[in-house]
Amino acid sequence: MTKRVWVEHLMGMPISIHVRSSDPDHELVDRAVAAAYAELVRVDQWYSTYREDSWVSRVRCGEIALGSCPPEVQDVAAQCARAQEATGGAFTPWLPDPDGVVRFDPTGLVKGWAIDRAGQQLAGLPGAAWSVNAGGDVLVGRHRHVPPTGADAAPWRIGIEDPRRPGTIATVVPVSTGGVATSGTAARGAHLYDPRTGQWVGRSGSTTVVGPTLVEADIWATALFVGDADTARRFAQAAASCSAFSL
Amino acid sequence: MRRIVTWLLSTVSALVLLFSYHTSTSSSMPVSAQAPTTPGTTGSSSDSGTGSGTDGGTDAGTGSDSGSGSAGTFTGDAVMTRFGAVQVQITVADGSITKSVVTQVPWTDRRDQEINSRAVPILNSEVLSAQSADIDMVGGATITSQAYIQSLQSAIDQAGL
Repeated sequence: MTKRVWVEHLMGMPISIHVRSSDPDHELVDRAVAAAYAELVRVDQWYSTYREDSWVSRVRCGEIALGSCPPEVQDVAAQCARAQEATGGAFTPWLPDPDGVVRFDPTGLVKGWAIDRAGQQLAGLPGAAWSVNAGGDVLVGRHRHVPPTGADAAPWRIGIEDPRRPGTIATVVPVSTGGVATSGTAARGAHLYDPRTGQWVGRSGSTTVVGPTLVEADIWATALFVGDADTARRFAQAAASCSAFSL
Repeated sequence: MRRIVTWLLSTVSALVLLFSYHTSTSSSMPVSAQAPTTPGTTGSSSDSGTGSGTDGGTDAGTGSDSGSGSAGTFTGDAVMTRFGAVQVQITVADGSITKSVVTQVPWTDRRDQEINSRAVPILNSEVLSAQSADIDMVGGATITSQAYIQSLQSAIDQAGL
């Protein structure tokens, strides 16, 4: 097994793709990785709040209604609504801008969803295992014919940074398939919003969730970090396939 | 091979701790295009300046049994931090890191010069930690030092570790 590595800067962060296979130089690998990055570029063009011409920005400024957007955008909005309900409101796509006005902002869900979609472009690579790291959130997968117990399926070891000692690894999560998402404030200060109090969360530490998809792991990592005992109870009931820990 | 990562991690630890020290002495918000600002809130790193980075010089040269594989010089992507552009370069020979340097550091004011004149020598003498970090990817919250994590991830990427 040989590993090959790509890095592109998209969505304001470096996104690393690692592919392990007996022949990672194969043309199919190049094509799949290019397709994965292309999908992320497309998602950014549609959903970025930093692009004036994205569908999301046009909805945010009132230029168009959500109902006038492509079905996929409406589906993402519906996913956001379901996540808001499942987390008891600890996750929300309604965030205040710096001017204090609350606007539709699905980007908390879109990042994980987009990486999952990029992963689908890699999932068909024969004999390959792969991992995508998007700014600290990691998705791992492999071709369905790679035996789960074989050497080719050796779990990827995801080092989780210690939020109180930046640059050091607090713990290692071995993952063969699935997403590992971490939410926290750590050294950046408050950047997670608690919709139930209307406050930005300022406490330190981080919460990591391991789940079958990165979007599910990411939603719950955010919700559990800003949430309370009720959120934890909802997590235990609604997200049986996920596990979580806090640092 | 894993030891290379460990070595790099301990190296990174030293740099970040020194930067953390800088963080705690500054009151401005981190520079981040995606960070919503909150009035009155500053970065929460408070345990600055403690811990690693003091045992340089001992035990260097272990890890020579880590086998062949990567060789050459690998440079992480330059990332903008609030301190300026930071970039990590590692030199790998026969599977071992023989040298690690910060190839871009800010020298814009007196404080930066103080920090970096301390950081760079420590980085270059930092040693292999006894325990193996043994990691393929670096995960964590999106934070100011995200920029630095990415530089570490980037060096791992470049070395194909």
